[in-house]
Amino acid sequence: MTLEAAATVKQPTLADYAAVVGEQAIRQLERLAEPFRGKKFVHVNSTRVGGGVAEILDKMVPLMRELGIDATWEVITGTPDFFQCTKSFHNALQGDPVDIPERLLREYEEVNRRNAAELKDKLADADFVLIHDPQPAPLLKFIGNRKGTWIWRCHIDASRPQRQVWRYVRQWVEAYDASIFSLAAFTQALPHPQYVIPVSIDPLGEKNRALSPEEVASVYPRFGLDPERPLILQVSRYDRFKDPVGVIKAYRMARRYVPGLQLVLVGGGATDDPEGEAVLAEVREAASDDPDVHVLVLPPDSHVTINALQRAADVVLQKSTKEGFGLTVSEAMWKRKPVIGGNVGGIRLQVIDYETGFLVNSPEGAALRIRWLLENPERRAKMGERAREHVRENFLLTRHLREYLTAFLGVHYGNKPRIELG
Amino acid sequence: MHPTDAAKALETPAPLRVKDCSLVTIATGRHAQNLRELREHLAAVDPMCVYSHFWLSRLQARSAELEFANDFAAWAHGALHDPVLAERLSMLDPSDFDDLEELRQAVLELVEQRLDEREMVPWAKPGQRFDFLQAQLVVFDTGETVDRPEQLAESVRWWSAGSLFYHLIDARRRRPDRLDDVRAWLSAWGLGESALARELGALDWQLLTMAELREKVAALCAAHLGGERE
Repeated sequence: MTLEAAATVKQPTLADYAAVVGEQAIRQLERLAEPFRGKKFVHVNSTRVGGGVAEILDKMVPLMRELGIDATWEVITGTPDFFQCTKSFHNALQGDPVDIPERLLREYEEVNRRNAAELKDKLADADFVLIHDPQPAPLLKFIGNRKGTWIWRCHIDASRPQRQVWRYVRQWVEAYDASIFSLAAFTQALPHPQYVIPVSIDPLGEKNRALSPEEVASVYPRFGLDPERPLILQVSRYDRFKDPVGVIKAYRMARRYVPGLQLVLVGGGATDDPEGEAVLAEVREAASDDPDVHVLVLPPDSHVTINALQRAADVVLQKSTKEGFGLTVSEAMWKRKPVIGGNVGGIRLQVIDYETGFLVNSPEGAALRIRWLLENPERRAKMGERAREHVRENFLLTRHLREYLTAFLGVHYGNKPRIELG
Repeated sequence: MHPTDAAKALETPAPLRVKDCSLVTIATGRHAQNLRELREHLAAVDPMCVYSHFWLSRLQARSAELEFANDFAAWAHGALHDPVLAERLSMLDPSDFDDLEELRQAVLELVEQRLDEREMVPWAKPGQRFDFLQAQLVVFDTGETVDRPEQLAESVRWWSAGSLFYHLIDARRRRPDRLDDVRAWLSAWGLGESALARELGALDWQLLTMAELREKVAALCAAHLGGERE
């Protein structure tokens, strides 16, 4: 039986989170939630399962309800053309040159018009609405007569969007009361406040919950790993910007000094992504026939397996050369692993150089830090502890929710720099 | 009420009401890729933006940056690789300035001096620009109070980072007397000139994480006023 099949799903409560983040953090949430008590707060996105947004909402909405907020989560429905269009938005906002046919744009608008008609009563009547990503962005314009505060949440790295596509998306977004981006570098010129709220991990979800020693140990025989020898790991899809070949180069250089070193690269299936398939082939070729380089392709729901691999590893890498936020970094740090990360994007926010890991700019830099961390187990452990605390204070779901509530209060009270609740 | 009790009640300082705060940052849309752009934007931003980059980064546990005391210094070090400027900016203590305009001028002078000294304008790599941010602070009452000084150590030990920030750091800019809320409250108890007040005042909050600040304040209060230490 796989770890995923054995896992039981239980919705965590505020008390469960208090045990992880501390009573203070929960008291803060309770106090901040008071102005929202009994108010209608609606999240809208385009999928109930799969992807980071759904994962967060799946946990956040019940917490909001436990805080006394009348929180609901609505999911818009779309057509294949609609999703093709929004997938193109996603790529274009991340900077890929994409040409979106007019037909798809009209479908995007039509789908939103239909969803607006269906959700009209709920959304027009809501006190607070948080619209996630471009898929449902036009709902605001199609609802009309809204009474609440509406904020648009962009989860995408929009630091260098394709301008034509951004201009199109912007027309739907600019009427919102505010928007939220994950990093300051992702913000764009908009006629309303742009909050900067990093994303988060769920410490009690399958990806990050505590595992028994047996669960962790189960990955050794399953993937042919030797528990007695050092293990380094990178978890990310097979994408050139994640530099998996660079990780193999770093492993080779480090192995001269760390005999017996093992490397695991974990990524998802690449069948629907021609480029991903090509990168996976390059990675396999680079790994050659080295029995200590394990190139794994796991199904997308392998959360507990990845959790166990992260816990089994001595050092985790995220050697990206371009990165949006890179939450796998926080996932590893939460498991007390110092992370060797590429000196880019959101990795810089998570990895504090020399404190919670190392920022590197080359395979050579990664190799040097691998050697250092494996040579210094006590300092590695200390770094791992700092890494976990850094995540506890900055990148957990409760902080994410606290900042959402703070941002909505900020907009509700007129965007003053300081708001005193009565 | 007996007249003596009434007089006593009048003399008893009001409890310290423990407040908390939550912060979110707002992008101003201004950003600098080099030192000259930093100077231009710094001269034009809202003063609260200067406040945010000096004070509020303390509320976010970025311990590695503590070496550089404020966001401008951290950027000079990490992105411009200009240790001289980073060191000079680090030594600016925002508590020394009467208002944010004075503080802004002090930063501008250091930046301009450095621009004069350097033959070339230092640039940050792509992806390492300085984003001017402004914070929004929501302050709320926790419902907790500290009634007597000897309860302080135990109370502080449970304060959130937001409470510590609000009472011990933000207060120095908020209050006309530039005291933090704890020392001001101790003054009301006749302890304004005490060794505890002096030692609290001497804590170098710019170089402490919130966890370290909590530990040090609780330890000082316990040592001077009683209360169990962990």
